[in-house]
Amino acid sequence: MKKVWNKIVSGVRFFFSKAFWVDRVWIPLKRGVRYLFTKQFWKKALTSGGMESFAAALLAILAGLLVGFIIMLFTRPTVAWYGFLTMIGRGLFRAGAKGIGNWLYYVGPLLMCGLAVGFAFKTGLFNIGASGQYTVGMFCALVVGITGDIFGPFQWIVAVIAGMIGGTIWGFLPGFFKAYFNVNEVITAIMFNYIGMYSVNWIIKSSDTLYNSQKALTQRIDDNAFNPVLWLRNWFPESSVDIGFLLAIVIAIVIYIILNKTTFGYELKACGFNRNASKYGGINEKRSIISAMAISGGLAGIGGALFILAPGMASAGIFQGTYYEPADILLANGFNGISVALLGMSNPIGIIASTLFVTYIQRGGYYMQTYLFKEELIDIIVAVIIYFSAAALFVRQFVKKRLLRAKEKRYALAELDATPPPDVPLKQPEPSKESDR
Amino acid sequence: METPYVIEMLHITKEFPGIVANDDISLSLRKGEIHALLGENGAGKSTLMSVLFGLYQPEKGEIKKNGKTVKIHNPNDANALGIGMVHQHFKLVECFSVLDNIILGVEPTKTGFLQRKEAREKVVALSKQYGLLVNPDAKIEDITVGMQQRVEILKMLYRENEILIFDEPTAVLTPQEIVDLMQIMRNLTKEGKSILFITHKLNEIMEVADRVSVLRRGHYIGSVDVKDTTKEMLSKMMVGRNVDFSVHKAPAKPTDIALEVKNLNVISPLSKKHVVNDVSFTVRKGEIVCVAGIEGNGQSELVYAITGLTDPDGGQVLMHGEDITTKPVRYRNDHGMAHIPEDRHKFGLILDYPLSFNMVLKKYHTKDFQNRGFIRFDKVNEYGENLIAQFDVRTSQGNKTLARSMSGGNQQKAIIAREVSTGGDLLVAVQLTRGLDVGAIEYIHKQIVKQRDEGKAVLMISLELDEVMDVSDRILVMFEGKIVAELDPKKTTIEELGIYMAGGKKETHEKGME
Repeated sequence: MKKVWNKIVSGVRFFFSKAFWVDRVWIPLKRGVRYLFTKQFWKKALTSGGMESFAAALLAILAGLLVGFIIMLFTRPTVAWYGFLTMIGRGLFRAGAKGIGNWLYYVGPLLMCGLAVGFAFKTGLFNIGASGQYTVGMFCALVVGITGDIFGPFQWIVAVIAGMIGGTIWGFLPGFFKAYFNVNEVITAIMFNYIGMYSVNWIIKSSDTLYNSQKALTQRIDDNAFNPVLWLRNWFPESSVDIGFLLAIVIAIVIYIILNKTTFGYELKACGFNRNASKYGGINEKRSIISAMAISGGLAGIGGALFILAPGMASAGIFQGTYYEPADILLANGFNGISVALLGMSNPIGIIASTLFVTYIQRGGYYMQTYLFKEELIDIIVAVIIYFSAAALFVRQFVKKRLLRAKEKRYALAELDATPPPDVPLKQPEPSKESDR
Repeated sequence: METPYVIEMLHITKEFPGIVANDDISLSLRKGEIHALLGENGAGKSTLMSVLFGLYQPEKGEIKKNGKTVKIHNPNDANALGIGMVHQHFKLVECFSVLDNIILGVEPTKTGFLQRKEAREKVVALSKQYGLLVNPDAKIEDITVGMQQRVEILKMLYRENEILIFDEPTAVLTPQEIVDLMQIMRNLTKEGKSILFITHKLNEIMEVADRVSVLRRGHYIGSVDVKDTTKEMLSKMMVGRNVDFSVHKAPAKPTDIALEVKNLNVISPLSKKHVVNDVSFTVRKGEIVCVAGIEGNGQSELVYAITGLTDPDGGQVLMHGEDITTKPVRYRNDHGMAHIPEDRHKFGLILDYPLSFNMVLKKYHTKDFQNRGFIRFDKVNEYGENLIAQFDVRTSQGNKTLARSMSGGNQQKAIIAREVSTGGDLLVAVQLTRGLDVGAIEYIHKQIVKQRDEGKAVLMISLELDEVMDVSDRILVMFEGKIVAELDPKKTTIEELGIYMAGGKKETHEKGME
């Protein structure tokens, strides 16, 4: 008892000591903030678009973590620091290769949902129905995974394709209503989330082949239908990892290429920016809207398939499988997809990074529970990060304008008037006012 | 200290990132005069007025009212000083009545209750005094643009403003409404109001203004008395070189029929009226046919039906003898129809795409620009660079410039570049020069005549009478959805054309319509 008390007292004393505030808070903060205002940092950050987005995301993440830490300080001040360390990585890396493998296990389905939402964003649509598409895709994959024995060694690939088709149909329908009846896709998609979830639960519960009523879970799928594990379990022994995350990353790259390098992507993005001008340019804008929603749904559907087909933990060489509980709740991955798409700025490559980060911090939240912090804190942190990334975007544009102003001014003047009146001196960029150093 | 000026703006400098919009500009407004502010697009006129109205803060310079220095931080300050502004895009509440719009923000109240009666008396008195007839109970959405402008003017008068700023007030008006507006402006100055009048139309300045100040590219060029100057002098001050107002063209040599419209009907989905009513005409290669008319008489719908943006409700559109009435837009584009749309932001450009992508908007799917579905970026860039150079589109970053960041004139140039380069031989051009300055108009008219001389058929839709008379080879006058007259620009006058456009006269040989 006295030991604990001493620890608390020393903790509180440390919290109020000069050493804590100066060494742990003030100096690093000052250094960081000062670096943000140096020319080198901004020059570096601004030279490339990708670097720019990365810097903005990084700032937002730091801010989100800081808010998370403050909440932890208020809830359990004595262990806040350890909890925080655990959250940002100590927990995961203490678990070693197994920790990393389990982290990657969660990446696949979420990445697919993020891609689904991000792809729709790029084409000017808000696919809030990723959850429903994910659920329907999962269901189709489940049916093939349990009953599709005739496909033999191809059962897995057939199941994934079935999941994709299920999601595609669930995305196609809101797209169709949007294109032909101008019904807002958000409303239709929300409805389809519920229609999908309740239909799936109803069908699963009314079938003994699909449903194990004792456990209130779906039945185990066939071994042939599990996501291949390949060599991954050698690298990450004892973990649940499978090729889901690799497949999702490959798909992300394909989506990136479609969006940026093909005429199809040109059409989709054009419709997203300006429907009227696309029609004027001869693009079939109805078809574009429908394809965008269908593809988006298909991506979420693959996510659902990857989730249910995951082999999960192995005990004594036998995969335990993954199970779906037909509870009347919309699956969260579809909505987390919106978060990662926002954080990744809808760019497929950015979404890979944001998904890796969000699943990483979620795993951190899992380990953080040893210090009796609730996992919900992670959701708060992710939400704060998204808010800050919007703000960072704003700050970045502001700073960029300020920084490039002098240069552009000269350029614009020279361009505007080949012979500016002689009484107009060209403005020289002001010497940068560096603070104390 | 006595001074003849109500407003003096001295050495105003306003900078935006990358550009100096106003560079050391001084402007003084005498009491009771109409002072025009002339300049090309992007010359800094609107910026200067926004500084006066408190929307922008200048980096340098000062503003004096009646000789006293004042600070204008926001439009409320401007209002308190008696400065009012009619914006180019009206700031009215559509579903409110005229009266409610006028008193909005300065409502007379008694213990919290609105005193409409009092307000109405004041508004009626004001509209009688200045000849601004408008029904105070009509809803804004039901009255014409000209009437809406009167409401804006009444708003300023109700607030007892002494200095009235008009930002391009005639851009949205019909010829008759412009005449009325000029009269209103004269009435206002008679009653002691002072007017600042932003425009790039020289005719209006010559007609109504007392003095004119010219800006060019953010610099102050000079102020002159209108009675001591000519249109040519003003345009030289504005553009910096001599501008040729007349369009030089050889007589047309029409050949084959390129476009034939037969009994075309379009029914408005809202009002169920025939907005295009049994319209028939032909356009031959090598001629410019112009559809003249006051805005809203069915010209836009006619163009939508011809270009495939909407389906007609009857009749036929034939291109080179082929029935294309129900063909998709892509088919028409690929078979020789080029279209310069009325609204360049809504239809003409994808504003968030870079310029090169906009240049290939109608061609990206052809073999030249794609290979198995992959965009050939090298070809797209090459094509974009060529067009930019050929048509002298001014951009900040060439191909990579976002269309959104370009000026209106350059956006229009880009669209024209794209459309005349499609290789088609039918060009449908709607309101080519809306909102552009004389320099750009001159250039665009030359391009259109050049297209005609190369053997293209041009169907032009215009609201500007001068443009109709100068550019076209044949004029079709459209009124309430019908073609009411076909005129030869050489044998008709602007006055006659104006009467047809207003529906005052129908051609005698069209007996069927009575």
